[in-house]
Amino acid sequence: MNCLVINKAWKGGMDQVRVIEIKKSIFEDNDRDADRLRSELRDKGVFLLNLMSSPGSGKTTTLIKTINTLKDRMHIAVMEADIDSDVDARKILEATGVQSIQLHTGGMCHLDAEMTRQGLDNLDLGSVDLAVLENVGNLVCPAEFDTGSSKNCMILSVPEGHDKPLKYPLMFSICDLVLINKIDVMPYFDFDLDLCEKYIHMRNPKAEVIPICAKTGEGIERFAAWLESQVSDWKEAR
Amino acid sequence: MHELGVVFHCIKEVNEIAAENKVSRVSSVTIQLGEVSTVIPYLFEDCWNWAVKKETVLKDCRIKIEIIPAVTLCEDCKREYPTVQHGKTCPYCGSLNTYLVQGNEFMIKEIEVVDKAPGSVET
Repeated sequence: MNCLVINKAWKGGMDQVRVIEIKKSIFEDNDRDADRLRSELRDKGVFLLNLMSSPGSGKTTTLIKTINTLKDRMHIAVMEADIDSDVDARKILEATGVQSIQLHTGGMCHLDAEMTRQGLDNLDLGSVDLAVLENVGNLVCPAEFDTGSSKNCMILSVPEGHDKPLKYPLMFSICDLVLINKIDVMPYFDFDLDLCEKYIHMRNPKAEVIPICAKTGEGIERFAAWLESQVSDWKEAR
Repeated sequence: MHELGVVFHCIKEVNEIAAENKVSRVSSVTIQLGEVSTVIPYLFEDCWNWAVKKETVLKDCRIKIEIIPAVTLCEDCKREYPTVQHGKTCPYCGSLNTYLVQGNEFMIKEIEVVDKAPGSVET
């Protein structure tokens, strides 16, 4: 690293005080780690999906449905990140049978690239085509830390309201895919799907949107097909 | 919670910089924080003051925060305006074809370090 000493001054006694100019983004190291991890995963042919959302929007249920739809077509592994407990990793394992591990963030609100790497090191990636990182339920911090994922996906559930893209612009601007979950309860929440898509595209014109209902399975096949084509593109680009 | 996470990141970076420069004590860190960087200055400061108590090289290190105002440029009328008041919509021509010029920075600007005189006792 290039550090420039710009000021030297003697201050009292014999101790010397100096100022080191840094001018470095605090996220710079993480961005570099993330890029390195992404290229390693590309070489291995492992597609990493970073799945984000608010707490309670249905990440784990959506994952279970999707994995059960896809598991005969590809090898899948899951990393569940939470502040504490291993309920989600157990739930995934019991409901799908795919390898699943729990990561604890130790109170932190997000995962960074280094924590993601440590998680991946604990998986047997040998034949894995798709690794899913279920990030901590939070719409702020995970958006700021690149995990090294191949693609970012977030779930917005109907009870959260169609105006959420306006309230958390950064999260929506970094997502390649937005799943709108719990569409079965849309009539009860005055949720305007068209308006929601419009707000998402105001923040990110490139984001794809798939309405789903993890409970009834509606839209899950479309999400599975999206994943399948992403995984095959990822492998072809090797 | 978010501020604590970024404080840990910042402390890690400063510790690495200190090690590279063979510095045994950092007395203050100056960061530049954009107005729309999603980090709240007073919460960052609170988390910082709590976290550095447990540090060695950064023990009780002071934090200085410089705020960088958020400015958005309109691609259509080429004028700049303050982001916080007007958001994504240009107040002059109503265009949404605008982008942030500055204001999402989160930088370590400089650190102040203390080099102990040879033979002096660490305190």
